[in-house]
Amino acid sequence: MSLESLLAIAAILFCIGLYGALSRSNVIAVFMSIEIMFNAVNLTFVAFGRYITPLAFDVNLGSLLTGQVFVIFVITVAAAEIALGLGIVLALYRSTNSIDLSQIVRLKH
Amino acid sequence: MIHDIAFWSLSVITIVSAIGVVVTKDLFRSALLLAVFFVGIAGFFFLLSAEFLAVVQVLIYVGAISILFIFAVMLTSDIQRGNPANRMQVVAMVVPALLLVAVLLGVFTSQWVELDAEVQDTVDLVHTRAVGGISESEFAAAVIDDEFSQKAIQEADIADLLVGEYVLAFEGVSVLLLGALIGSLALARGKGSR
Amino acid sequence: MISEWLVWSVFLLPVAAFIVISLVVRPLFNRYAVVSGLILIVCLTISFLISVYVLAIVASGVNLVFEAHDWLILGSAKISIGLLVDSVTAIMLVVVTGVSLLVQIYSLGYMKGDPSFCRYYAYMALFTASMIGVVIAVNIVQLYAFWELVGVSSYLLIGFWHERSSAAAAAKKAFIITRIGDVGFLLAIVYLFVQSDSFGAIGLNSLHIPDIWIAAQPLAAGGAALLGGTGLLFLTLGIFAGAAGKSGQFPLHTWLPDAMEGPTPVSALIHAATMVAAGVFLVARLYPVFEQSSDTMLIIAIIGAVTAFVAAALGLVMNDIKRVMAYSTVSQLGYMMAALGLGAFGPAMFHLFTHAFFKALLFLCAGSVNHAAGTFNMQYMGGLRKSMPITYVATIIGALSLVGIIPFAGFWSKDEILMSANVASNLTVISVGTIVFILLLAGVFLTALYSARMIHLTFHGQFRGGGTREISDAESRGVDLGPNVSSHVHLAESPILMVVPLLILSFLTVTVGYISNPQWVKSVFGIPKHWITEFLIESLPAYLNMHSLEFDPLVAVISTVIVLIGLSIGSWVYLGSRYASPNPSEDPISRLGPLYVILSNKYYIDYLYENIIVRKLFYTAIVGISDAFDKYIVDGVFNGLGIASKKLGRALTMLQTGQVQLYTIVAVAGTIILLAIYLASGSWN
Repeated sequence: MSLESLLAIAAILFCIGLYGALSRSNVIAVFMSIEIMFNAVNLTFVAFGRYITPLAFDVNLGSLLTGQVFVIFVITVAAAEIALGLGIVLALYRSTNSIDLSQIVRLKH
Repeated sequence: MIHDIAFWSLSVITIVSAIGVVVTKDLFRSALLLAVFFVGIAGFFFLLSAEFLAVVQVLIYVGAISILFIFAVMLTSDIQRGNPANRMQVVAMVVPALLLVAVLLGVFTSQWVELDAEVQDTVDLVHTRAVGGISESEFAAAVIDDEFSQKAIQEADIADLLVGEYVLAFEGVSVLLLGALIGSLALARGKGSR
Repeated sequence: MISEWLVWSVFLLPVAAFIVISLVVRPLFNRYAVVSGLILIVCLTISFLISVYVLAIVASGVNLVFEAHDWLILGSAKISIGLLVDSVTAIMLVVVTGVSLLVQIYSLGYMKGDPSFCRYYAYMALFTASMIGVVIAVNIVQLYAFWELVGVSSYLLIGFWHERSSAAAAAKKAFIITRIGDVGFLLAIVYLFVQSDSFGAIGLNSLHIPDIWIAAQPLAAGGAALLGGTGLLFLTLGIFAGAAGKSGQFPLHTWLPDAMEGPTPVSALIHAATMVAAGVFLVARLYPVFEQSSDTMLIIAIIGAVTAFVAAALGLVMNDIKRVMAYSTVSQLGYMMAALGLGAFGPAMFHLFTHAFFKALLFLCAGSVNHAAGTFNMQYMGGLRKSMPITYVATIIGALSLVGIIPFAGFWSKDEILMSANVASNLTVISVGTIVFILLLAGVFLTALYSARMIHLTFHGQFRGGGTREISDAESRGVDLGPNVSSHVHLAESPILMVVPLLILSFLTVTVGYISNPQWVKSVFGIPKHWITEFLIESLPAYLNMHSLEFDPLVAVISTVIVLIGLSIGSWVYLGSRYASPNPSEDPISRLGPLYVILSNKYYIDYLYENIIVRKLFYTAIVGISDAFDKYIVDGVFNGLGIASKKLGRALTMLQTGQVQLYTIVAVAGTIILLAIYLASGSWN
């Protein structure tokens, strides 16, 4: 277990999530993929927080936890995003009876 | 040793479950695999001595978000259509692959300045006990007998950062959550149920 | 020595008056408007006293040199602000502040009860301050700034009664026509600005007036000889164009008579000390430069002489007393310009000096007459001699000075100009000098003629009804005269505030000539022979080798005889029984037939400008071309751009498929490219 291997795992997970987000046509699947990407990013935060020396040792040991704080914020925002996103999905489904992203092209010119 | 075994098995679990989420035709199974993936990430957190985060991850992601997804899947009867791929398979494959190559290149060619081995224990201790106090025995296990650094470690607390240095972001996020709450309520009620 | 700030205060006091009147008195104390007049009078009195003190110091032989202050430095060109105090400046300061002071006192009476009293004095303060700024400027850009301020304030004052459309039109006309000349001046400044590198190479500043003098001097005289050839010709012609516009030289003189739409004291100030003097002053200020270009000097001399003659002829046919005087001013300015063109620097400035006094006097008299008769139209005056004895005598003094009768100021200065022309004409048989001399003498004859006509029509014969009668006549013809003419006729001397300046100016008009003369005596009252001309010449570089001319009895006799003939003819025509009754027949001048038609139409110059140049040439040709340009090229370009971007936009909308994932792919691809560039640059470790 090293920083490089952790970062590599996180990168692989991120790219899997990205592939899913780009290739699935179901909105809920896209959301799931996005969650995977979120978690990959969280993993890098924690890994950096543990392995890379911030200036914390000179200032305040508390700032060693900056990475974790970021993760908390990401989790919170992701939760809010999912709540809203799924709300939108349901509303969309109610109005169009479909949650196929390739069908939802209202942004078209 | 045990760490390495745990690490590699967690890696396999997360990657396989992530691929499973992405490629499985059945959305319901996707959602279940996603829960597995979340648990795997929580394991990583635990392994990185971020125990608090591991707990939070299980609570929020596994406990709440996965359930939300399952609800959403069940509420939309598109399930029978499954999880079809769109028409951009090749591009959607190539672009993440390129990104992966670029990122990995960056990861493995960079000279990371890692922590000295002797302070790793201190860091781990701080990470492990991001919330809550540390007992004498834990200090003893980590071979930290210097009273001054004991005190510094005791005082390093995630709450201090949240309501101290990042209080603005903290408040912002709370407002965001409130907005999301109201917004999703409004969306979920819809037009007809007024 | 004298402190720099004392000289500055001559300029700053009227500025302060302007600021106080316009920002404090007018908005807050408009009910006590008379305060504004008093403020300006007090400021100008102090300015005047300082000016006299400065003149005394300069006259005592002290060379006042003040360091200029940097204002803007643009490459090698340096725009500074500073003082240039030589004999010309000192004399001009006294004239400007003195005449302006008297005009302000007079205005207290003349403008009494005007609802815009404060505004009037604010403009007057600005006007005087700008003119002082022109006089003291050491940098040509500084001079130009105040030059344009003079233009602006004259615009404001001529259009003072702007609710009258003729006044607004006259103000616009004055502004536009002087602007035509100013373009030339501006181009000359641009030329100097462009030359700043070659000036800077030998340590001169191309915008600093004394440096320009040095640059124009030949090498033999210790100058730099930087300016010469065609460049110098166009430089001087450009400056002269500006001067001609301001000083109303033919053919840019048409705005001056129209400027009579302003209040009479304004006309007095414009014509005596401030605006029109600025043009002559500008040529005098850069005289060492003009002197190097003989072609320009010839042009100035001819234009001056032609203006002197042509404008005097116009003065013959005008019925409006102020217009007669306006053309008289144009004519006298022609004399000054002609003198400058002939190299008679001293006489020209001396004439400017005396003219300031007698022309101010004449205008104030015209205002006084108007105050009583309610009109400016001389055909409705007559017989005012009895009711307004002081004005009558003052007008006689002013007119005799104007025509050049021996004891009065105008004689001495005009005589010097004529002597210079005489000297120039003696060089060859038929030369420019000869033509100029003949034109100037003819101008003297016409001046005498129109002066006689003006005095007789106004003061002699029977009173012909004034404003009341003119209004009823106009009504019977169905013409509306507007507020220019008032039916309020009370034949009496003007109030004391108006009379006192008349008396002071009369006194000065009689005496001021003696600062040059008697020309045949060594010294009188401690003033040496040719004092003023010698003093003025001091401001010029020594190599020009200027000197005063000795008194020539022949020229004096010739001009006096011509004047007397002119006055006699005028009196014979206008003192006859024709004007003895209140209902005279036609003005005898109209018997000149076609000549009268041409003159009363002002040589059709206004017609040429307005109908041919503006309407036909400008409206049809130039406007047509620019209209076509606008329609086809400008619009074409913009419509083309519009159509092109519309097409492009339509093409670009093809990219907007609405497929969110496609957008994401593009965004990620961009990220990859950035990342690749970053990695390839090798700067991450």
